[in-house]
Amino acid sequence: MREIFDEMNGADGEVRAAYAQIAAWLEQTPAATLRAKREEAERLFRRIGITFAVYTEGGDPERLIPFDIIPRVIDAAEWAHLERGLIQRVNALNKFLADVYGPREIIRAGKIPEDLVLKNPAYCALMEGVSPPGGVYTHVAGIDLVRTGPNDFYVLEDNCRTPSGVSYMLEDRSVMMRLFPDLFAKAGVEPIARYPEHLLRTLRSVAPPNGNGEPTVVVLTPGQYNSAYYEHTFLADEMGVELVEGVDLIVKDACVFMRTTDGLKPVHVIYRRIDDDFLDPKAFNPDSMLGVPGLMEAYRAGNVALANAVGAGVADDKAVYMHVPEMIRFYLGEEPILNNVPTWDCANDGALAYVLDHLEELVVKETRGSGGYGMLVGPHASKKQRADFAKKLRALPANYIAQPTLALSTCPTFVETGAAPRHIDLRPFVLSGADGVRIVPGGLTRVALREGSLVVNSSQGGGTKDTWVLRPQTQWQSQSQGQG
Amino acid sequence: MLARAADSMFWLARYMERMGNLARLIEAAQLMAGLSSEAEEWRSVLIAAGCDEPYFATRENVTPESAALYLCCAPDNPSSILNCLDKARINARAMRTALTRDMWDAVNEAWLHARGLTPKDFAPAMLPDTLDWVRTVTTRFSGAYQTTMLRNEIYWFTRLGVFLERADNTARILDVKYHVLLPQESSGVGGMLDYYQWTSVLRAVSAVRAYQWVYREEVKPWNVAELLMLRPEMPRSLRRCYDEITASLDEISRIHGGRRGECHRAAGSIAAELRYGRIADIFQAGLHERLTDIIDRTADLGGEISAFYMR
Repeated sequence: MREIFDEMNGADGEVRAAYAQIAAWLEQTPAATLRAKREEAERLFRRIGITFAVYTEGGDPERLIPFDIIPRVIDAAEWAHLERGLIQRVNALNKFLADVYGPREIIRAGKIPEDLVLKNPAYCALMEGVSPPGGVYTHVAGIDLVRTGPNDFYVLEDNCRTPSGVSYMLEDRSVMMRLFPDLFAKAGVEPIARYPEHLLRTLRSVAPPNGNGEPTVVVLTPGQYNSAYYEHTFLADEMGVELVEGVDLIVKDACVFMRTTDGLKPVHVIYRRIDDDFLDPKAFNPDSMLGVPGLMEAYRAGNVALANAVGAGVADDKAVYMHVPEMIRFYLGEEPILNNVPTWDCANDGALAYVLDHLEELVVKETRGSGGYGMLVGPHASKKQRADFAKKLRALPANYIAQPTLALSTCPTFVETGAAPRHIDLRPFVLSGADGVRIVPGGLTRVALREGSLVVNSSQGGGTKDTWVLRPQTQWQSQSQGQG
Repeated sequence: MLARAADSMFWLARYMERMGNLARLIEAAQLMAGLSSEAEEWRSVLIAAGCDEPYFATRENVTPESAALYLCCAPDNPSSILNCLDKARINARAMRTALTRDMWDAVNEAWLHARGLTPKDFAPAMLPDTLDWVRTVTTRFSGAYQTTMLRNEIYWFTRLGVFLERADNTARILDVKYHVLLPQESSGVGGMLDYYQWTSVLRAVSAVRAYQWVYREEVKPWNVAELLMLRPEMPRSLRRCYDEITASLDEISRIHGGRRGECHRAAGSIAAELRYGRIADIFQAGLHERLTDIIDRTADLGGEISAFYMR
């Protein structure tokens, strides 16, 4: 493993410019104050009810995701680079989806194996020939980035279905501003509060033409027992739209309506937080109690927009991921701005042999896994764990990919012993509408709270941090007040 | 407004109101304790709370401790105070977007606090403090919804839940008196025990002072009944509740361009009887029969509202 990049402290012991204010603040604030503030933050989160439900593991079903009070900072130039790369990548992913459900030029050009797309479990044959408004498939994409050096950012994975976490990004900021208003007054931090407004504009931009004024947008949730339920309520509330469950919607003559106290009202755009399989028991899993019978019929008829589009998952499969740089070249004629992590596809015999030989230095992931489950972190695994994993790998090689164990950057994090470096990643949220791409600066920073751990997933002991993107110096130097 | 949202708000309000009412009922029973047979008083409270049958299905005797525990926190009592709070929060969470921040705080903070309560908090020594807390929870919720909600449909459905639940509760509390059998050896109707029992009914609805302000004479059964059934200035009277119910239904109908249904007719009919009724006639026909009739029709009204708006 290479040397670990500490985002605050340079190798020479110098504090990097972007973190100057954070370093001074940590220096001046007694640990007891920070501890008290952290407790206050926890009380605030409990009170708001921002909990993350994990029902399978026993214990308190309404758990808090730990919040760390030390922000993570990205400077203006770094963000400008990331933003360009994100827009480019998401544009290519949308064009890829439109292509595979349409003319399939990229397959015919031999750039991506046909089987990888058409035999992919996330591929949805019902979407062939359907063209969603604006050609947008992944309206809300969460692109997971990691950093390994001053100028080295990598895309770890793309989330094109229903990425979650944006409510934590927004609540982390509002809790930080409440706890440390002075810090924001001086720092010149880019505001992120407009995310819900951007989301609503994005959703409205893809509404089918309905001829009677404003389209009705709703958020469709699986209900209060879903782990991300808080986020669903939060987004509906912030956008000022109804939060509906499957039972609230009904399809008549291929149009979608919601049941209100005043009878049935038409619905035009559904920001659905239900997986494809459960969306419509008539089209997919017939046992689904969460979905809306007939929804696919209305969707295919063009009478309702779904965000994200059905079948968008074929673009974020971990084996398809390897081909995203090629997509960027193929559809946009540009070189990728953001790098992929070098990846071995175990379906390939040569790659499999290499991976089996180097298990102790690689991270091996299931191509369809998520949430940090079903993966092996070679350097952290025992001999026995590696041997067991090797068996699974030999049995079904096509289900796995492998990547070098990246030395994720660290950021000071407030732990029992005070501020100490912990590994972090970044999930920016990229909104694509018929009228263009919108990103609020930053994203959700996840932090692996256990010392040395590289697993940042909230279901496995990860926490979150407020993420600061600094405004360009010239813009804020003259201003005395910052804002969030 | 979503039909399911109306349902959730209606039930959220009902459960929050119900837990406060249960606390009052238990407090009244404690005050009555010692006046006559304790078992008799607590049995009547179980009847008033509508849970005498499930109680006796698994238990033989009534003691103050077991009855209070059952009403407060027994897991097998779906209408216990803690279960009401749980259901209130489930409804609140189901419609987070319909609640204001203050309403959510009132419900969620109570729920968080309740998670730390143990049976000890419901034992005789701690019970008064715990019941005080329950009443402040209901009062806080009531203050929160009244001062922070937009006056839109959501508000009127919330109010509908509050007053439908309260009407049911007031009728039941008044009816308790019917179930408390006066012991043979006491001086019977009009005697000292009778007097204290009527006073405890007033206490259960926080109306002892109100009684004095309105009647300025000693506690008499027909005055108590009139106060709790027919007086418009009494905030928990059936008359007041039904005035609020019809007003809320009218507002909802107005928002929907005048659409009305059986629930509007049924509510209006009960409201008119309470508005023009006389207490002497009610006693003549039988107080218990009249109260039972109102309890049944209030339950039917809940069903009609649900059928018209919430499906």
